[in-house]
Formats: sequence, structure tokens, C-alpha cells
Amino acid sequence: MAEFVQYLINGITLGSIYGLIAVGYTMVFGIIGMVNFAHGEVFMIGAVTALIIYVAVTSFMGTTAGAVFIALMLCLVAAILLTSLLNLIIEKVAYRPLRGSFRLAPLISALGMSYALKNFVNVFQYEYGSNKSVPSILTGHVSIITDANGFEAVLNYKNILIMIVTAIMLGIFWYLVQKTPLGRAQRSCEQDRKMASLLGVDVNRTIAITFAIGAALAAVAGVLYLVFYSSISYNDGTIPGLKAFTAAVLGGIGSLPGAVLGGLLIGLIEIMWSGYVSSDYKDVAVFSVLIIVLIIMPQGILGKPEVEKV
Amino acid sequence: MQNWQSDPVLCVEHLTMRFGGLTAVKSLSFDVGRGDITALIGPNGAGKTTVFNCITGFYKPTEGRIGLRHGIIDFDIGKQAATQSSSYVTHSAGGAVYLLERMPDHLIAKQAKVARTFQNIRLFAGMTLIENLMVAQHNALMLASNFTFGGLLGFKTYTTAERAAKEKAAFWLEKIDLLDRADMPAGDLPYGAQRRLEIARAMCTDPVLLCLDEPAAGLNPRESADLNTLLRSIRSDHGTSILLIEHDMSVVMEVSDHVVVLDYGIKISDGTPDFVKSDPKVIAAYLGVDDDELEGAESEVSA
Repeated sequence: MAEFVQYLINGITLGSIYGLIAVGYTMVFGIIGMVNFAHGEVFMIGAVTALIIYVAVTSFMGTTAGAVFIALMLCLVAAILLTSLLNLIIEKVAYRPLRGSFRLAPLISALGMSYALKNFVNVFQYEYGSNKSVPSILTGHVSIITDANGFEAVLNYKNILIMIVTAIMLGIFWYLVQKTPLGRAQRSCEQDRKMASLLGVDVNRTIAITFAIGAALAAVAGVLYLVFYSSISYNDGTIPGLKAFTAAVLGGIGSLPGAVLGGLLIGLIEIMWSGYVSSDYKDVAVFSVLIIVLIIMPQGILGKPEVEKV
Repeated sequence: MQNWQSDPVLCVEHLTMRFGGLTAVKSLSFDVGRGDITALIGPNGAGKTTVFNCITGFYKPTEGRIGLRHGIIDFDIGKQAATQSSSYVTHSAGGAVYLLERMPDHLIAKQAKVARTFQNIRLFAGMTLIENLMVAQHNALMLASNFTFGGLLGFKTYTTAERAAKEKAAFWLEKIDLLDRADMPAGDLPYGAQRRLEIARAMCTDPVLLCLDEPAAGLNPRESADLNTLLRSIRSDHGTSILLIEHDMSVVMEVSDHVVVLDYGIKISDGTPDFVKSDPKVIAAYLGVDDDELEGAESEVSA
């Protein structure tokens, strides 16, 4: 029982991070119908930025609670600004010129961008290889339940932080999409870009802002990922990025609640499989689930079936 | 002198649109009078929708100039000044002249203030009625929300603007008799209601010129009569000039002040409904007769 509770907590925590990244995939797909494979790298760059800032601030101010708090806030702000700017540039340079081109063109461009970014970070920060890590951030925990075998399920402070930050970010994001003029413009572009344009919506700008928002959420996910694992490699954009993409597809690509739900499911499957079966095969399990779900429900869990546009 | 000659709001000059080898519209010139309801009619494939697409920025015309006038600026001087400038607009104390063929489509809606509807309705089907009308007020709201930051923080300028936008949307929903369905997805409306909503959405952009592509298509006689009332009220209460494509001759003859007739991309007649109705060329185009049979056809129609 305690074991299960522990896996549940860890799964939801990891799933929150996947969900935040998945929102970026699903939003971009919704608005321009392309899969932004460089999104995982944007997430990784957010995390690496956070690592650099965190190390800089804590080596300067120490690791008291206040210093860690200030460091994390700075990490968030810096990572959000940098990745938003980066994604704006990526969109302008690599995707916008290819809009209206054949469908595979932006996809290939995104793959190229992904490798370019990954290798840039590798050479620039990692000198070929090695993880970079920080001492464990936020080490305390509260005990939840102890079972007969003496196994104690705990809720780490960092898990609490990750869940709260994710909830706040998704809340702001939901409000933005549902209630603000920008969100309405995004949703109208999603349905009929040309018509939105004829009503005075600047479609190019709306798409660019969508990329920036996706990047900001990925940056937050990057900071949280660093808090969760205390280490980050230049390669960490690939697998978590792909899992977040899987989450978006699983939830129904184009659906925002679907992305969050998919993220939580992928996180839970990964942790449960590692815990109860084998941690070596966790990625096999995650991607097998994707295949099975797609065979049964091609449009994903919350996705709408494709409607032919007249 | 007719209104469209003395006080034009739109001036189309030598508009030509070619698609590869096909010339859909050939050196078309006509004026639209301010405050008039102008009908663009013609047999199928005459190039009417192509003209609309050029005016609203959907297509870039192959040749020609499309001038739109705000205010009382001298149209000819304004057009010339704008054409010679590197910009798409010239301003003066009396107003502004826009050259639509130089503008990207979202600026035609935002600055020149031309709105349109489509023959095959293009509502945002997944959004509610009120949201459809709010998207049409996007630019004003975006400005008032300080490009969303103020909106997220709930600034007063934004909440006031948002409320005003909702009131405007509600005004139009009331006018088209759909206020009770404001929070329904637009795609769930019956056909006739979707047509009315599309016109209301276009009106929410505060257009100077409203272009309607076959607004009466598929409407029953009662809905068609309601549409005529709506169009007249748009003209009289809001001062919006209306350009419409229509097949239903009863609508055309009843509501329009000015009729332009196209056939195979060429203008064959231009004048008041009465003038056009009795123009032999129009009768020939509609009935498909040769020139030598024209007189016979004419007598048949008038009989």
C-alpha cells in the first residue's frame, strides 16, 4: 500500500513535468498542424539555463532556504525569457518560411533544429558527454503512510513544489486561452486561420506568441525537472521530449486537457512499471502503451475525430 | 448624378485576375457609393467571388487598383498620392484612402475596415456565438489588455473594454435574434441562423464596407425577408456601405440601390436596378441568347 502511494506521488510529479511540455507540442500542432520536434530541446535548454543560474546563485549566496528560493525564482525568470526568445527565433527562421510548403518540410526542419540545438549545447556546455548535476534541491519530506513491512511513503518538498508550480502554470495558461483576446485569437486561428485573418487577427503574430508560450511552459518544466532529478544532460531533451510528445498524442493531439491527462498517464505508467516490473524496460512500456492506445483510439483519449472541412 | 459617382467609398479600377491561363476577371472598373447597397450579379462563373477575394485580400490581383475611402478626402487626389507613395495609405485632415491591393488581409480588416462573409459559411464552429463575435473585436481588446499582460492581471482598462465588447456582441445577437443561444457552439446553429451570425460577426469589426457573398443562399422566404430588413437596418443605423453578391433577383431588386452585372469576368451593365433590369445585354447574359435573338428575348421578358 505505502509502495503504491509512493509510486503514485512520483508518477504524478513526473507526469506534471511531461504535461507541461506536452502542452507546447499540442498547442503548436493545433494552430499550424506541425509537430515541433525541437520542443524537447527547448525544454532541455530551459533546464540547462536553470542549472547554470542555480549554480551561480547558490555558490554566491550559499544554500540557505532563502538563497534556494531566490535562485529558483531567478532560474524560472531566466529560463522562461531565454526559451521564449529562442522559440520565437526558431519559428521565424526555421518554420515560418516553410509554412504553406509541403507537409514534411517543417517537420524535417524541426528535426534539423533539434539536432542543431542539442549538439550546440553539448559542445558549448558539456564538452562531449557527462551529466551536470547540482546538490539535491529541497531535501525535506513529510511522511504519509508506513505499512506493515516498514515501508514509508513520503511526500518530498520538491514533489509538492513541482505539483503546485505545475497547477499554477496550467491555471494561468487555461485562463489565457479561455478568457483573454489572445486565447480567443489562438483558438480562432486553430479553426480557420484565413478567416481569423479576415477579421483583423494578425495570424503570424498569434502563431509566434503560441510558440513563445509553449516555450515558457517548457522552461518551467525544465526548472522542475532539474529540481526533481538534480541533474541534466544535453541529451535530456530527447527522451523526455519524446515522452511528452507521446503524452500529447495519447491525450489527443490538439487537445489541451488531453496533453495534461496524457502527461500524467505517461508519468504514472513509467513510475509504476519501474517500480513493479523493471526499471530497465520503462521506456519500452511507455511507448508500447502509446502504440496500443493509438490502435484502439487513433484520435487519442480526448481528441476529436478528424472532421472533414468543407 | 448618382450617389456612387458623387460619393464613392470603394473604387475598383481595371481589376484583372488571372489564374494561369484563365482570366477570371478582366479589366473591371466600378464604384460603390457610400451608404448604398450595391449588388454584384451575374451568371455562374462570372467572376463575382473573385472580385470579392481581391477586395478582401484573399487574392492579390494580377492588375488593377482598388481604392477605399474613409471620410471626405478627395478620392482622386488621395488615390494618386497613395499610389505614388511607397505605402498603402494616404491620410489627410478629411480622412484616408487605402489601396487594398497593396495590403495584407488582416490589415484590410483592421485598418481599411472591410469585412466579408462567405458563400460557404466560415464560422468558428467550435467556439460559442459570443466568442465568434469577440474574435471580431480582437484588435481593440488586444490593445486594451496591454497585449494580454493587462488582461492576465485584470487591469481596469481591460475589464472595461471586455465588458464593452460583450455588450456589443450582445447587441448584435439581439439584433439577429440569437441572444438566447449566446453560449452555444456556433456549429450547432441551424443554417439560416449561421448566416445571420456571420453577418453579425462581420459587423462587429465596425466595417466601412461590408461584403456579403450570397447572403440569401439557402434561406427560406421568411428568412430572406428578415435578411432584407437586417441589411436595410445595417445601412440606415450604422451607415455601413454594403456590397453583395446575390443570385436571388427578388433580393437584389428589392434592397439594392446600384447593380453591377458581370459576365465572363467583364462588366456588361452598371446602373440602378431598373436600368439594369431592362438592359438587353443583361437579359441576353441571363437567358443565354445570341445577339440577333436579343430583340425577341427582350420582348418576351417585358411581356
